[in-house]
Amino acid sequence: MEFGLSESQQLLKDNARKFFAGECPMEEVRRLMETETAYDRGLWAKMVEQGYTGVLFSEEWGGVGLGEVELILLMEEAGRALVPGPLFSTVALAGVMIDRVAGLEGKKRYLAPICSGEARSTAAILETHANWDLTDFEMVSSHGRLTGEKLFVPDAKVADFLLVVTRDGVFVADPKAPGITMEPMAVMDQTRKMYSVRFSNTPVERLGSLTGVAQALDVARAALVAEMVGGMQRTLDITVEYAKMRKQFGKSIGTYQAVQHQCADMYLETESARSAVYYAAWALEQHTPDAAVAVSIAKMYASDAARMVGNRGIQVHGGMGFTWENDLHLYYKRAKASETALGDSTYHRERIARLVIDRSAASSQTA
Amino acid sequence: MDLNLNAEERQFRDELRVWLEINVPKDWPEWREKPLEESFPYLRAWQRKLDEGRWAAVSWPKEYGGRSATLMQQAIFWEEMARIQAPSMANALGLGLIGPTIIAYGTEAQKKRFIPKILSAEEIWCQGFSEPNAGSDLASLQTEARLEGDHYIVNGQKVWTSFGWVADWCELVVRTDPTVPKHKGLTVLLVDMKSAGVEVRPLRQMTGESEFNELFFRDVRVPRENILGKVNDGWNVAISTLMFERGSYGARLHLLFKRNIDRLIELSRTFQRNGQPAAKDPLMRQKLAQCYAEIEIMRLNQLRAFSRITSTGVPGPEGSIQKLFWSELNQRLQQVAQEMFGPYGQLTSEDSRAVDNGIWSYGYLRTRGNTIEAGTSEVQRNIIGHFVLGLPRSY
Repeated sequence: MEFGLSESQQLLKDNARKFFAGECPMEEVRRLMETETAYDRGLWAKMVEQGYTGVLFSEEWGGVGLGEVELILLMEEAGRALVPGPLFSTVALAGVMIDRVAGLEGKKRYLAPICSGEARSTAAILETHANWDLTDFEMVSSHGRLTGEKLFVPDAKVADFLLVVTRDGVFVADPKAPGITMEPMAVMDQTRKMYSVRFSNTPVERLGSLTGVAQALDVARAALVAEMVGGMQRTLDITVEYAKMRKQFGKSIGTYQAVQHQCADMYLETESARSAVYYAAWALEQHTPDAAVAVSIAKMYASDAARMVGNRGIQVHGGMGFTWENDLHLYYKRAKASETALGDSTYHRERIARLVIDRSAASSQTA
Repeated sequence: MDLNLNAEERQFRDELRVWLEINVPKDWPEWREKPLEESFPYLRAWQRKLDEGRWAAVSWPKEYGGRSATLMQQAIFWEEMARIQAPSMANALGLGLIGPTIIAYGTEAQKKRFIPKILSAEEIWCQGFSEPNAGSDLASLQTEARLEGDHYIVNGQKVWTSFGWVADWCELVVRTDPTVPKHKGLTVLLVDMKSAGVEVRPLRQMTGESEFNELFFRDVRVPRENILGKVNDGWNVAISTLMFERGSYGARLHLLFKRNIDRLIELSRTFQRNGQPAAKDPLMRQKLAQCYAEIEIMRLNQLRAFSRITSTGVPGPEGSIQKLFWSELNQRLQQVAQEMFGPYGQLTSEDSRAVDNGIWSYGYLRTRGNTIEAGTSEVQRNIIGHFVLGLPRSY
């Protein structure tokens, strides 16, 4: 039993950290977030060169063929660097969904260009009621066409094709197809652009049934939590550094226990979220019976913890933490977006209750 | 990362399972609910049996009667013990804390004299650390030992001593040099509890029971050869005992917590909240799920900490959060139980209407101690601040 990273996993993580630090420092994050799409062609090409867009997918489609654990290690470092643009949307959301839903033909057409870096994509999931339960979707295809509105679609503007999850399956839409209109949604987090996408009798291609969607969303959730953990770690690091340096009453504020204890709690929350998501990724990779519960535990815990770590970090910084100039608010806003994406803590506690309380009720009745 | 058992771990588990199947006493359920004073001889006998099978202290080196088990094997050991609902062992402190400290610091003669009887539960051990005026600031303790010929003369008072009432021996931290800075004048003595001048009094807790004792030492003579480690190096010896305390306990506790949450979920189907079973009440579902998740995270933090120690040889930062995490989690869990039971939550074992014979009202009170014993939550946060995050020391 070994819960640490293997040598090659550690190497991948270290390399990713170096890569993002070199290619996407905070100045670049700030520059990109002010652009319309937060997407940079040059940065994308370099990520493709590193194999990041194909990390999880089979060599058959031009991927690297690694596992969920490697995917989340990459996403953790991307989150730490607050990498803007469609890496998460393309790889963890759309790529994984194609991988779990499409047949061979679909994978060849849509997964291969993601691995090769030619295409960016995303998945349109939420509708106006903003419920993540697959059974609650209203949009449904009619003679190969879709009508309706999807909200909070990340990075839709730079997607070469869109996946659309509906009541009756997963579809692929060409953003230039007739009847599609896209509008940016004015969200807090400028590093990950969100869109509303309207379909009006838009022709779409069926990718597959809903069968693999739940599992695909769980992989996306683990990737998102890993990103959150990276952001929490960075927030903690910035805060500890500041607490050592900032002096009040003649001493660095990190000398005071009121400040130390905030930092200690940030550390506890960050490490606990990390334990939860590392396990969830391994459980997904091994298809263990508790994989879905493990994912919900991680997303539930991280959704609250990422916010609390941000709260504490800003508080320790005092007035400085409230400025635009300090980087904390950028992580704080990303944390808020990620908190609600793919189900917030309330949603996942209820999901855990269904999987644990209701299931054990069912089994004790049959026993 | 691979959380499956490897071949060696599987073999360890299988051998243990077979042994437990044969040897775990079948009449334990009849004894479980009895007061510790009554069941103690039973637990001694059970530990002796484990020792005969070489299972009493799997983490100890083979030459001292253990199995040199890896941390993962230790985790497996406690999991299997819990799975089959085996009784606990009588000499908990001797096996978990004091034995390992003697193995690390003791002379060959001390190891030969004490270790076998710790294993067999022939001699029960307690710890004399905290004092009325030395809690979190342990190094300020005042119990003094004066050298007279080849004996130390010990005077002072200790408090919060578990197993004091039944202990044969005590790992006692005393001040041997009052003229030097507080950490540098301490020594650890191994004290025979039957010595003249040792008095043990029960310390009644808010739960009503006397799980702990107060120890009084009046001119107690301790032979010089019973020093553990070096004279005035007692702080390092004591710290190493505390490390054993904070390190291994979490793995065992997780299984207790897991049993508790499973039981609460079971009870949630019968207890009513807002006109329906608690299991269907949206708010109770949220709270139960939160506890369930945190208990799982406690397990995962522990496994990650074990892996870190195994691969690097030193406890990693994950280990330092464990005590803080479990103690506060246990209080939250008990609070959720109280909310579910409503007015029934306050009933003690003396009332026939009490839930599970009053274990939950007891647990609610007992867990207040969790964030105080073995290092308060405040001290744990200081440790994380100072030693993990590298913030300046505040004291």
